[in-house]
Amino acid sequence: MSGPNTDYDPVEVTPLKPEEVEAARDAALAAIAAAADLDELKQVRIEHTGDRSPLALANREIGALPPAARKEAGQRIGQARGAVNQALAARQEVLEAEHEQRMLVEETVDVTLPTDRVPTGARHPLTTGSELIADIFVAMGWEVAEGPVIEAEWLNFDALNLGPDHPARTMQDTFWTDPPEDHLVLRTHTSPVQARTMLSRTPPIYVVCPGRVFRTDEYDATHSPVFHQVEGLAVDEGITMAHLKGTLDHFAAQMFGEGISTRFRPSYFPFTEPSAEVDLVCFVCRGAGKLDGATCRTCRGEGWIEWGGCGVVNPRVLTACGVDAERYTGFAFGMGIDRTLMFRHGIEDLRALFEGDVRFTTAFGTEL
Amino acid sequence: MKAPVSWIREYVDLPADVTTDELTRRLTALGLKLEGVESAGAGISGPLVVGRVLTMEPEPQKNGKTINWCTVDVGAANGTGEPQGIVCGAHNFAPGDLVVVILPGGVLPGNFEISARKTYGHLSAGMICSARELGLGDDHDGIIVLPADAGEPGDDAFDVLGLREEVIEFEINPDRAYALSLRGIAREAALAFGAPFRDPADRPVPAPNDAGYPVFVDDPAGCPVFVARTVTGLDPAAPTPDWMARRLQQAGMRPISLAVDVTNYVMLETGRPIHGYDADKLAGPIRVRRAREGERLRTLDGTDRVLSPEDLVVTDDSGIIGLGGVMGGETTEMSDTTTNVLVEAAHWDPVSMFRTGKRHKISSEAGKRNERGVDPVITPAAADRVVELLVTYGGGTADPGVTVVGSPPPQPRITISYDLPARVTGIAIDAATTVANLEAVGCTLDKADSTLTATPPPWRPDLVDPFDLVEEVARIVGYDRVPSVLPREAAGRGLSREQRLRRRVGRTLAGAGCVEVISFPFVGDAAFDALGLPADDPRRHTVRLANPLSSEEPSYTTTLLPGLLKAAARNIGRGATGVSLFETGTVAFPVDRGPAPIYGVDWRPSDDELAKLFDAIPEQPLYLAVVLAGERERAGWWGGGRAAGWSDAVALVRRLGTELGLDVEVSASTRAPWHPGRCAQLAVAGEPIGYAGELHPKVCQAFGLPARSAAVELDLDALMRRARDVVPGPEFSTYPLAKEDVALIVANDVPAADVEAALREGAGPLLESVRLFDVYTGDQVGEGRKSLAFALRFRAPDRTLTEEETAAARDAAVALAAERTGAVQRS
Repeated sequence: MSGPNTDYDPVEVTPLKPEEVEAARDAALAAIAAAADLDELKQVRIEHTGDRSPLALANREIGALPPAARKEAGQRIGQARGAVNQALAARQEVLEAEHEQRMLVEETVDVTLPTDRVPTGARHPLTTGSELIADIFVAMGWEVAEGPVIEAEWLNFDALNLGPDHPARTMQDTFWTDPPEDHLVLRTHTSPVQARTMLSRTPPIYVVCPGRVFRTDEYDATHSPVFHQVEGLAVDEGITMAHLKGTLDHFAAQMFGEGISTRFRPSYFPFTEPSAEVDLVCFVCRGAGKLDGATCRTCRGEGWIEWGGCGVVNPRVLTACGVDAERYTGFAFGMGIDRTLMFRHGIEDLRALFEGDVRFTTAFGTEL
Repeated sequence: MKAPVSWIREYVDLPADVTTDELTRRLTALGLKLEGVESAGAGISGPLVVGRVLTMEPEPQKNGKTINWCTVDVGAANGTGEPQGIVCGAHNFAPGDLVVVILPGGVLPGNFEISARKTYGHLSAGMICSARELGLGDDHDGIIVLPADAGEPGDDAFDVLGLREEVIEFEINPDRAYALSLRGIAREAALAFGAPFRDPADRPVPAPNDAGYPVFVDDPAGCPVFVARTVTGLDPAAPTPDWMARRLQQAGMRPISLAVDVTNYVMLETGRPIHGYDADKLAGPIRVRRAREGERLRTLDGTDRVLSPEDLVVTDDSGIIGLGGVMGGETTEMSDTTTNVLVEAAHWDPVSMFRTGKRHKISSEAGKRNERGVDPVITPAAADRVVELLVTYGGGTADPGVTVVGSPPPQPRITISYDLPARVTGIAIDAATTVANLEAVGCTLDKADSTLTATPPPWRPDLVDPFDLVEEVARIVGYDRVPSVLPREAAGRGLSREQRLRRRVGRTLAGAGCVEVISFPFVGDAAFDALGLPADDPRRHTVRLANPLSSEEPSYTTTLLPGLLKAAARNIGRGATGVSLFETGTVAFPVDRGPAPIYGVDWRPSDDELAKLFDAIPEQPLYLAVVLAGERERAGWWGGGRAAGWSDAVALVRRLGTELGLDVEVSASTRAPWHPGRCAQLAVAGEPIGYAGELHPKVCQAFGLPARSAAVELDLDALMRRARDVVPGPEFSTYPLAKEDVALIVANDVPAADVEAALREGAGPLLESVRLFDVYTGDQVGEGRKSLAFALRFRAPDRTLTEEETAAARDAAVALAAERTGAVQRS
């Protein structure tokens, strides 16, 4: 029925006067700027933007204005409140950043304090060393074969062309179980594992056999009655000494670094023929024998390090283990893991490996 | 085997400029392993000269000694030509003698520097040397008096005394017995340099006749050749010539008397061991036979030996006079009055020599050669060489009788195809090279179109198989020519399940702060006693060693704990405040299923035979043991430390179980070496696998470990057998969790695990987890009782649980616990 009262003469509303609004806004902005911390700012927020703040109260009056005036007043108030809120947010951000920074400074600790609440564990370097070797061969597609340490004499000796009257038997001072007529020994090498592998599988065979072996040696800095060997055996059609050399060169490079290779010297082992001793290019002086003008300590100036023995599997061994020696040839090699670690890591006394002093073992960490 | 370089050069014309270094390098490349090079004059530096004693004035001293004030002509060696004044304490010389003088500035072994110094009132400018001072032997009876023709005053004494002589020591492999002689080493040197070789055994030998000493060989297989020669009228006082004594010393043998030294010298020269008998002590013909059961002999080392029917013996009418080829008997031994010598050079069966040496534990130079194989053909020549030297240096007469019984065994014939060396070595070796190299090592060849038949020389009994010939060809071609070729890639299956699991176990324990140790697996009663094992404990039933390192530890161990506890104590003793150690290793249990068979090697044993073999081998499971001693967590700025205890030990096993996907069942048990109230038996799926807990206080004391040290030992094989291979992917609900805590009062002896199991079962399928979070004992629960507080967590797969559902499940859990364990819910 009735439209807006366009005749209404606006009543002058004091709080909405521009100068009042500006004053309220300026007071708020000043208070915001003066707030020294987040608590003060909170107070300022209540005072200048809360329900009872001048601008909020002024806003309520807009309804009392005639419609023609509302827009302008609304804009005026809105701008003022916007400016205040913006200033508040900005100040809030600054104060929060300050607060955080102060807090972080206050929370500073001495990070150099010790943290060794639970002491570190470690696996034995002989274990991790054996695994390193195993991994090198597994990467070539070989497998890791294992067997018992108390072994049948026939497997430890006879099957390997070490008959009862073979002079080479005395080269390996053997622990026998009691009574010796039981024909059981503590294996003197891991070769019986090779024999077991050939007895139980048909070629192609590519296995490494790491493990614990025994000789009745005196226990000193370089000898131990208990030590560790890794042996390798490949039996396949067309295997030659060249494959043996290739495999050992690869092994040497993986274990000691690129460019470290091997050389062969004629030797004798009953289970191989031809047989060779394997030397390794000294990985410290790289064959020079000298290091910074002084004699290389690792190879004692030789440029080479004696590493192990190897050769072409004696056909007699293949035959005893049921491998057709007409069709297949093989190669085998063996080296001491303890000794390898000794020169790889500069360990002076072999006995450190067996004493169980945690200071020794933890030095190697959990992998080699 | 020690070989003086000059002796090698006697039989091979090496170029003069070949150094010892070059010689050893080439011999090494041929397979003679170098042990070392020593030089007789090592440690001496000049001026060391020949001097002639001009005057000597004995001067008694206050201390009772008499010194000689000498003047010695040292030619121009002292720079002045004037006689040198020297004080000398020895008296075994006279003016006019040639002696060895070291002048001021010289150095004797032991870094003993010589200078002119005031002594006994004279300025003594140098020293007259004894053999001992020069490191040439133990003779300290006086100074060295040189033969009158040794040289002129001022001559360098190094050469006169052979001090520049280098001696190469080789380690001779068992297959190269021929290199246990200068003849053999020189032959290799000739091969190495392509130089002419003069065989010292190649000499005219008188023909055998019937006039020699009578010898009968009853066992020609054991003694195929026996040569006897006689030398009469020896001067027992005739000295061994200096050159021979020096060479024997250089070769590591002690000069004894001319007759003995000559036999040793010829052995070194030719490789053929020789035995000399005092001919006057022989009675009747010599007979070689096997010993009879129970026969005895006192060998010349003074040992009484009971002989075996396998032993080859030399006899005369008096009985047994020697252990053939191994050691002579005492009754016919040569002595310092021996004038007539019977020289025995015989070829013996190597296997018999090896067995006799082993049986009687005799390791002699003769035995070493005879058991590895000596050239049988040179037997008469070696005997003749001994006769020659005895006649020359002992003033004896060679008896015209020459006894030779038997003949050398025939050599084998080995047939190979021409390309075998190439096929085995991978080196391109042509037929001509194969032929040339086999001939170079002394083989006689029969060359057919496609095959080659070699008859090895008599000094190479090691050459038997085709591959033996391959090695001969290859070592001359040079092992450095072997190419480096990787074999084809093998289709391997990677690490085995067990190998992978073992790595995981090790990493888990290391991750839990444990350090791995490796101990010797030997054990004895002392360790079992220290562990408190009862007398009938199966762990005392061990695999014993026939020849243990120590009689204290005569067995292969049945438990890893002794080694581990000792290692822990060692660490504590070295100042560690806490130590956590683990070891994985095989232990052994006897199977007592009779001896392991010995099969032939000419074919593969049958599967049944192999099964029998494997069956006789002791059981050797892989065990795991852990010891936790002292501080497990350290004290520090964060607060106090914590000593290891039984629960740490059990926790480690549970952690391992988690790693392997296994629930480890824990129950109370009693077992040495654990504390009877703090020992947990561990089981997986009902199968016991080991024990964990606190060690018995007496055990800690016995091993010197901190009180309350804890330990684990379990059968790792059994644990790994049960490890889960393929873990099914878990299903889990994302609906909200419902929590219920209950406190249950039970009698003290009720295991918490039983209560937990009852709760778990009673709660039904809605239960997600149950965890004991507190144990309380005290007044509020009453004497002999404990309160166990459990956090129960419920969740349904398909909905949010209502309070009623949760409460019902909780009540059911508590009800079953009450029924099973007498638990009363604490209000």
